[in-house]
Amino acid sequence: MNSLLFLIPAALLLGGLGLCAFLWAVRDGQFEDLDGSATRILYEDETPLPKRHT
Amino acid sequence: MPLDSLTTHCRHCGQPLLGAATERGAFCCQGCAGAYTLIHDLGLDAYYDRRPAEAAAPAVADDGDGADPLLGLPDAVAVAPDGSCLLRLSVDGLHCGACLWLIEAAVTKHHPEVQSARANLTTRCLTLRWTGTPAQAVEYARLVTGLGYRVAPFGGAGAGADPAAAQERALLRRLALAGFAAANVMLLSVSVWSGADAMGDATRTLLHWVSALIALPTVAIAGQPFFQSALAALRAGRTNMDVPISVGVLLTTGMSVVMTAQHGEHAYFDGAVMLLFFLLVGRYLDSRARGRARSAAAHLLALNQAPVSVLGADGLPQVLPPARVPLGGTVLVAAGERIGVDGTVAEGVSDLDASLVTGETLPLAVAPGTQVFAGMINRTAPLRLTATASGEGTLLAEMVRLLEAAEQGRARHVLLADRVARAYTPVVHLTALATFLAWVFLGHAVWYQALLIAVSVLIITCPCALALAVPAVQVAASGRLMRQGILLKSATALERLAPIDTVVFDKTGTLTLGRPDLVADPTLAVEELELAARLARASRHPLSRALARAAGPGPVAEGVVEVPGGGLRWLGPQGFVRLGSRAFCGVPDFANGDTDEGRAGPELWFSRCGQPPRRFLFTDRPRRDAAAVVAELKAAGYRVELLSGDRAVTAQALAAEVGIDIVRADARPAEKCAHLAALRAEGRKVLMVGDGLNDAAALAAADVSLSPASAVDVTQTAADVVFQGDGLAAVAETLAVARRARALVRQNLAFTLLYNLCAVPVAIAGFATPFVAAAAMSGSSLAVMANALRLGSKKPRDGGYR
Repeated sequence: MNSLLFLIPAALLLGGLGLCAFLWAVRDGQFEDLDGSATRILYEDETPLPKRHT
Repeated sequence: MPLDSLTTHCRHCGQPLLGAATERGAFCCQGCAGAYTLIHDLGLDAYYDRRPAEAAAPAVADDGDGADPLLGLPDAVAVAPDGSCLLRLSVDGLHCGACLWLIEAAVTKHHPEVQSARANLTTRCLTLRWTGTPAQAVEYARLVTGLGYRVAPFGGAGAGADPAAAQERALLRRLALAGFAAANVMLLSVSVWSGADAMGDATRTLLHWVSALIALPTVAIAGQPFFQSALAALRAGRTNMDVPISVGVLLTTGMSVVMTAQHGEHAYFDGAVMLLFFLLVGRYLDSRARGRARSAAAHLLALNQAPVSVLGADGLPQVLPPARVPLGGTVLVAAGERIGVDGTVAEGVSDLDASLVTGETLPLAVAPGTQVFAGMINRTAPLRLTATASGEGTLLAEMVRLLEAAEQGRARHVLLADRVARAYTPVVHLTALATFLAWVFLGHAVWYQALLIAVSVLIITCPCALALAVPAVQVAASGRLMRQGILLKSATALERLAPIDTVVFDKTGTLTLGRPDLVADPTLAVEELELAARLARASRHPLSRALARAAGPGPVAEGVVEVPGGGLRWLGPQGFVRLGSRAFCGVPDFANGDTDEGRAGPELWFSRCGQPPRRFLFTDRPRRDAAAVVAELKAAGYRVELLSGDRAVTAQALAAEVGIDIVRADARPAEKCAHLAALRAEGRKVLMVGDGLNDAAALAAADVSLSPASAVDVTQTAADVVFQGDGLAAVAETLAVARRARALVRQNLAFTLLYNLCAVPVAIAGFATPFVAAAAMSGSSLAVMANALRLGSKKPRDGGYR
């Protein structure tokens, strides 16, 4: 059972890191505009876009 | 873009060219040509490749002369202590990722002082941050308007963040915390349950303490929304769903801490945090769905607060917010501008688009002395007005106040979940008390053991599934409706929609497109129509557009003069040609021997030298699926009515066309309200579908109201549900989803009741271990959620629902 002594803190640390990353993302406004972000990813500045095929 | 569409459609906005533009290049108007040049000069041509095929750039409106409403912008700029300026602009016409890219790139391209420009597609808001002076705001805003978007200060409050958005962010943070805690506490709990026999007491207590360490802060932080709401309800002497939730969570946590301290076998931390997690999921989704509808409304209101230009004592125009215009002041209104005050015309002749105020789609001709109202749009020529009322004193503001009063009356509707909670809470607490007393006096148990069992009754009946039963269905339903462009604005709309048995339609703009179309006339010669269309193509008047549409693309006559309030005049090779009102064309009232007034719709007269005048008749066509939707509603057992302010003949004709049997015509706004009240007095549940401001009061008087997104802003504010698109299918779909949602809510409530009937005896008997509680609780919650999700999974109206 001694393994618990470091396994539990390790699990909590990893989970906590994920939580912190998420909270940072919320604070950074990354969840403000889900529609915009979905299309923004398509545009890379300064590189011409290939012609759309219709 | 295929080559042929380049030649027949405007290169900027993609609207079909109406002849006029071919000579000026491939643009429909000067504004679009200007926007194209601007985009090209900035090197942002990629915009035209990036925008989706179906999304066109906003057509640029010619603002004409008059003072620039953007001059008021520097007042809305917030200056930070470090000297950087912040401005939030509401941008109209923003609808795809390419728009975001274009605006952001255009503003930052040649302005190194702009630190950040960030457009938000959900709230249609542009946030600008730059170093310099607030006055630069005008420059940036002009860039954006030059691209064809309309801008206004966001929410009026300058840079202040939206409190609802901040609340939603806080909810998301709590949700994340609860999710993290639920996962980790569950991990520990599962190891406790699976090792129940082999695990030593010390290890189990250690695991319990770790769980407590995670659960206690989580309950304290993530539970706050529930605790606050419960406290508020208790203070007001009511109970709501949050009361049993708060009691359950607090008791569970408290008892678990006591058990852990006594090295006890059972701790319920997992149940407490899982309950919070499930509930927060429902709350967050609910808040998001309604936040979107709310931001749409705020956006509309912001765009209507445009400043107006007032002629000062020194003879120079100055820009003021509409509310600060002095009575008797002279207000300048440029062509294309929205009038911001009530007043009388002092100078100028023009046509006004009065649809916001009167619901009439055809322009209103005004001359000096005519009374005009805030909200009308000046179409053809600049006007000078003498203000008679401004701000809160306008007719528009009065109507909005009436609406708000009607809205408040409706807010008395009590949510089903709260009604259930009212009955549920005392029953549960009495059961727990009875359990305690029974164990002490009948079972002769030690008092703290009896207390333990009583608390476990509270835990197992904690209304996790019950609290999820309604929101889960509402989230699924509103999500499904939103995907089809139907926004539920009111939280109670779905519940009020389900019992509807009568659907009342407005005519103009609701059953019909609200747009005139030329009535086919077999006696009309092709060259006659073509000549008329040459004149008509030079004008933006709705009837001219309809005429041009009917004739198809073609050349436009040079040198057409538009006489405001009259019509079009052109000096052709064979003398003067006139297209316009009966009086403008010099046609006496009894001419033509044509007294067929029954057909009377909007009309245009066309006169040439040496030829008899010719009349063009127009009609407002029904929406393409109007008849199908009416038939579907009737088949589903709804009583369908037409309630119109139009003349009986026109209303009857349309009703016959779309298949409505019950018609009431000639109804003024007050009569519309009275008619709806009479229907409700008969015990009917009435759904009103309307779009004009004259319908707004009727919308508020009905049990529920729907309005198309093409409706005027005030009406959209009054309606419970707003739908997009030019079909009426949304009406049938909304009703079907509402009925389905009601069925699912009832199933969910029945299920949770059944679950409680099974679980409570187990708890009363003292067999509710944490494992049993956790399994029962998550099992019932998941079952309720899965049941709700059935609403979103099926294809719309595939017959599977009925």
